Amino acid sequence: MTTAQATAAPTQRAAASSPRRRWHLSEQAQTILLLLPSIIALAIFIYVFIGTTFWVSLSNWRTLKPDLTLRQPLFATYGDMFSMVRWQADLRNTLVFTVFFIGFALTLGLTLAILLDRELFAHSFFRNIFLFPYALSFVVTGVVWRWIFNPETGINLFFEVLGINGLLHQAGLGPLRPGWLTDPTIVAQVNSVLAYAWPAAAGWQMKWGIPLAMVPVAIAATWQLSGFVMALYVGGMATISDEVREAARIDGATEFQVYTKVIIPILRPVTISVFVILLHVSLKIFDLVYTMSGVGPGFATDVPSIFVFEMMFKATRYNLGSAAAIVMLLLVALVIVPYLVSNLREES
Amino acid sequence: MTAQNHPKGKARRRVRVGSIFVWIIMALMAIAFLMPVYVMVANGLKDAPNVSLSTMWNPPPQVTSQNGFVGAWQRLSPNMINSLIMVIPATILSSLIGAINGYLFAKWKFPGSDLIFTLLLFGFFIPYQSILLPLVRFLQVIGAYGSIWGLVLVHVIYGIPITTLIFRNYFAGVPTELLDAARVDGAGLITTFTRVMLPLSIPAFVVVGIFQFTNIWNDFLFGITVVPNPSTQPVTIALNNLSGTFSVDWNVVMAGAVIAALPTAIIYILLGRFFVRGILAGSVKG
Repeated sequence: MTTAQATAAPTQRAAASSPRRRWHLSEQAQTILLLLPSIIALAIFIYVFIGTTFWVSLSNWRTLKPDLTLRQPLFATYGDMFSMVRWQADLRNTLVFTVFFIGFALTLGLTLAILLDRELFAHSFFRNIFLFPYALSFVVTGVVWRWIFNPETGINLFFEVLGINGLLHQAGLGPLRPGWLTDPTIVAQVNSVLAYAWPAAAGWQMKWGIPLAMVPVAIAATWQLSGFVMALYVGGMATISDEVREAARIDGATEFQVYTKVIIPILRPVTISVFVILLHVSLKIFDLVYTMSGVGPGFATDVPSIFVFEMMFKATRYNLGSAAAIVMLLLVALVIVPYLVSNLREES
Repeated sequence: MTAQNHPKGKARRRVRVGSIFVWIIMALMAIAFLMPVYVMVANGLKDAPNVSLSTMWNPPPQVTSQNGFVGAWQRLSPNMINSLIMVIPATILSSLIGAINGYLFAKWKFPGSDLIFTLLLFGFFIPYQSILLPLVRFLQVIGAYGSIWGLVLVHVIYGIPITTLIFRNYFAGVPTELLDAARVDGAGLITTFTRVMLPLSIPAFVVVGIFQFTNIWNDFLFGITVVPNPSTQPVTIALNNLSGTFSVDWNVVMAGAVIAALPTAIIYILLGRFFVRGILAGSVKG
């Protein structure tokens, strides 16, 4: 029902009889009255609390003793934070994690959905297996994958057993034994490239590049969430009738082209939803990294959420932790607000 | 099978060969997906003398009463109970509140109701780090900090946006004629809800219930910040503590991971259909 209809209804009734009109008005009042507890609770627990956190981020509160006086100059804490090598590393790591995680999860999830779309023998059994990790806690995932990527065991045992290291040895090379989560290496460093545009970059302590230790974390997150991506795509594909595929085949499309040229373009809204959801998950990621690798060697796997947690609950740097939380919120809002607004518009 | 779409024999054979290939890829993927589950279960079943890093992929040589599950259950069972005490009331309460809200937002729109709904829904997506500090302070003031009841309160409040969304989408699909008929019979707004909408909404309750149970059971951030006392903490936090304890053998940690995952895994296996519906309802828009 649109708002236009909703407002039109009472006028019709008002014309019929006046007692009814009073009854209807009280129905609207009842609606608002019933919603009021939730609205007030969330107004406080979301918006007032965000406001409070923002205030704290501007304050002098950096010891156990609360001090809510404003720090001068305003936003000085934000300035401090952005000049911290650790925070810069957090932003780099989030960016790298986001790219790898979304790349992997979207590709794998879509591939699985396409494979399942053929409805071959036992496909619903396979679908259940692929989605299964989504039912588990990130903590469980982190605890298990930490061992799978332990350099002493897990994946690295495969390199021995499969004879890859034997071959490498014969070729006069060292064994393949990646450090995974313990590897502090930053590959593809771009500081010197950035220095062309911004000479100061050459002197930066923070190395912009890809921290290798972040890759196993992205793989574990992919294991957990690609089934979710698959479920959304399977749901989307179920709404496309067989005639559409058939028409494409008659027009001479190969099985592969049916997907690349017809199905995937139709599923664009699903892709947008998936992208937005994965992006906001990766910006907020906490449990998985915290349990799997923590801050990592040289902050190689530190992320903003861990920074906030440690500043607020371990280091008692409340203003700094709050500033980081507000930046996290802004990043998520940049993604989510346009998504919610467009959904709202679509409806009305 | 897609084969029936191709009446010509030649095309059919080609599709068959392709299908076998696709099926083998799916099977291999499934094995890869189950690998971490195998690691958890196989190593959890080993006993302390048989746990070694170099035999991680081997199945347990024999299962004795010294296997990891025994130790893990001893350590985690109090926290499993904490999790249950938290998740059951929180799921029920947030589902009920979501049902009423969803009904009102779907069927009793008022000027600005869509905007208010969107503002509520934003609360589902925010990083909770941005509200943690005032939240902890608030819980300390009302005396709920450090208790399971504090966690229940937190999960109910922050659950409202998503439960409202799922119920709103569900009730939006219920024909308005039904409400009009109830109205003609003299039913008011609340009677219509309890007599007409509630009986219709059992499937939505199952979907929301599973969604909330899973979300709340799997929570980590609220648990670790709201409850500092290890004996009161939910199982996800206890598992993380177990995993970081060097004196504990890792067969116990693996078994602990299985135990902590069990309730949501069982729900998924038994009620997977509703689980998928929850995902679709919870993620694809309002």
